[in-house]
Amino acid sequence: MVNTTVTLSGITLDNPVIPASGTFGFGYEFADIYDINILGSISCKGTTKAPRFGNPTPRIAECTQGLINSVGLQNPGIDKVISEELPKLAKVYSKPVIANISGFSIDDYAYTCEKIDSEPQVGIIEVNISCPNVHNGGMSFGTDAGTALAVTKAVKAVTTKPVYIKLSPNVTDITEIAKACEQGGADGISLINTLMGMRIDLKTKKPVIANKMGGFSGPAILPVAVRMVYQVYEAVNIPIIGMGGISCAEDVIEMMLAGATAVQVGAANLVDPCACKTIIEDLPAVMQKYNINSLQNIIGGSH
Amino acid sequence: MNQGTYSVLSNINIAKDVYKMILGGDTSQITAPGQFINIKLDGLYLRRPISICDNDENTITIIYKAVGKGTEMMSRFEAYKNLDVLVGLGNGFDISKSGDRPLLIGGGVGVPPMYSLCKALLDKGVKPVVILGFNSLEDVFYEKKFLNLGVDVYVATVDGSYGIKGFVTDVIPLVGEYSYFYTCGPMPMFKALYKTCVTSGQFSFEERMGCGFGACMGCTCKTKNGNKRICKDGPVLEKEEIIW
Repeated sequence: MVNTTVTLSGITLDNPVIPASGTFGFGYEFADIYDINILGSISCKGTTKAPRFGNPTPRIAECTQGLINSVGLQNPGIDKVISEELPKLAKVYSKPVIANISGFSIDDYAYTCEKIDSEPQVGIIEVNISCPNVHNGGMSFGTDAGTALAVTKAVKAVTTKPVYIKLSPNVTDITEIAKACEQGGADGISLINTLMGMRIDLKTKKPVIANKMGGFSGPAILPVAVRMVYQVYEAVNIPIIGMGGISCAEDVIEMMLAGATAVQVGAANLVDPCACKTIIEDLPAVMQKYNINSLQNIIGGSH
Repeated sequence: MNQGTYSVLSNINIAKDVYKMILGGDTSQITAPGQFINIKLDGLYLRRPISICDNDENTITIIYKAVGKGTEMMSRFEAYKNLDVLVGLGNGFDISKSGDRPLLIGGGVGVPPMYSLCKALLDKGVKPVVILGFNSLEDVFYEKKFLNLGVDVYVATVDGSYGIKGFVTDVIPLVGEYSYFYTCGPMPMFKALYKTCVTSGQFSFEERMGCGFGACMGCTCKTKNGNKRICKDGPVLEKEEIIW
C-alpha cells in the first residue's frame, strides 16, 4: 500500500490533488459528477471585496495544449461567498478548503482576508497577487517584491489561518518575490498563476479575446511551472503548492519532485470534468511504477 | 450531464459545408430541447460545443458547419469512430410558455435545435409555425424534415435563390397571429427579431466557451436577472431578461 497523504501547514490532505482556483467554481457544481470528497482540498473561485462581473466576452482563446482566459475575477463578492457559496460547498464537501482572495489595494486584501478568517470551513487562505486579467490590481502586487511584502504583512496581521501567496510567473526573478513573501510572514507559496498570452484571429485580424491579452494555462506551461517551483524551493523554507499544466498523475509526481508539497490542477478540469478524480485514482499505480511509497517523502526529491 | 464514449453512426454532408452526424450512446441526461453536447477532439485542447438537433433513447443527431479546425476535423469522421462527449449541457428551451401557436425561427446553423423543439411542442399538442432563414439555396437544409412533422414551414434566403427573398423578419408578417417565439441563429437576426416580434420569446445564444458546464465563467453575460453563464444558465435566455 502506498501513502498519498501530505501535510500542508499542519493540515493533513488525503492526497496532494487540489482543483485550482477559477477552474472549479465553488466546487458544488462538480458534486453532481463525482464525490468531490476524494479531493485533497479545493481552492475556491477568487473572491474580492465587492462583486465583479469581470471582463467582456470573448474571454477564452484556444491554444496548442492550453487556453488563454480573461475572465477577470468574476465573483459575487466576499459577503455573498460567505453567505451563499461556502454553505453550498459545505453541504457536499467536508474537508478544509482553500479560500482564494484578490484585491485592488492592500486594504482590499486585508478586508477580504479578515472576513474570510472567521469561516471555520477555510483551512488555508490563498492570496492571489498574480491575476493578469485586471488592471490596477492583481498582478501588479505580485510583480514587485516591495508590494508583495506589504500585502503579505497586511493579510498576516488580520488572520490566524495559514496564508499562501499565489505568485505570477510574469516576473524577471520569481525567487525575489517568493523571498519577500516569506519575509512578510507567508506560511507558503502557490505558483504559478497563468502566463500572459495573446491570440490573433486570422479571419478578423483582431485579438481573439475582448481584453486583447489573457492568462495562458494548460499542459504547455508545465515545464515553466516545474522550473519555477524548483527555483522557489531552493530560495525559501516554506511549503509550496505547485501548479501549472498538471493533467496526469505523472505530472503531480514531477511537480512534487521539483519541490511542491501539494499541487493544483487547473485547465485540465475544464476539458475533463473528472480530471482530478482520474489523477487521484491513477496516483497509487504510478507511485508503484516509480517505487514511491510515500508522496510526503518525495517533496523536493530532485534537488 | 453525462460524460461518455459516443460512437459515430453516420456523418453526411447535407448543405454547403454543413454536416449531419448521428452519435450512438446514452441520452438519458438530455432533459430539454435546445441543450447541447461538448465534444473532445484529438489534438485540440478545448471541446467543441454543438447543439442537439434530435435524439432518441440511444442516438443524438447534431448538425454543424465546418468553419474551423475542429468542425473541419469532425467533417472527416467516419462511422465507428469513438468520441469523448459531455451530453445534456445547458438549460434548453422552456416549452411550457409556448401558447398555442408559437413561431420557431432558425437562422443557418441555428436551425438544428428548432427541430427537437418542434417535436417536443408537437408531443404536447402544440403546432408551431417554422421559419428558416439561410443565405442562399446551397445553404438550405431540413425544410423537408420539418414538413414531414406536419407543420407549416417558411424558408427565406437573403439572395432570393430559394423561398422568400429576404430575412426571417420579412416572413413574420406573412404568418398571421402567433402566441410566442423561439429562436436560434446569428446575432444580427436576434436583434432584428427582438424589434420585430410582438410577443414574448426565447433566444438561444452562442458564446466562446471554456468548459461548457459552468466551471470557468468564460462565457458569462449580463442579464436583467444578474450574470448568467451561457453554458449553464443558458444558452436559452428569455426576451425580457436580455441586455443587448
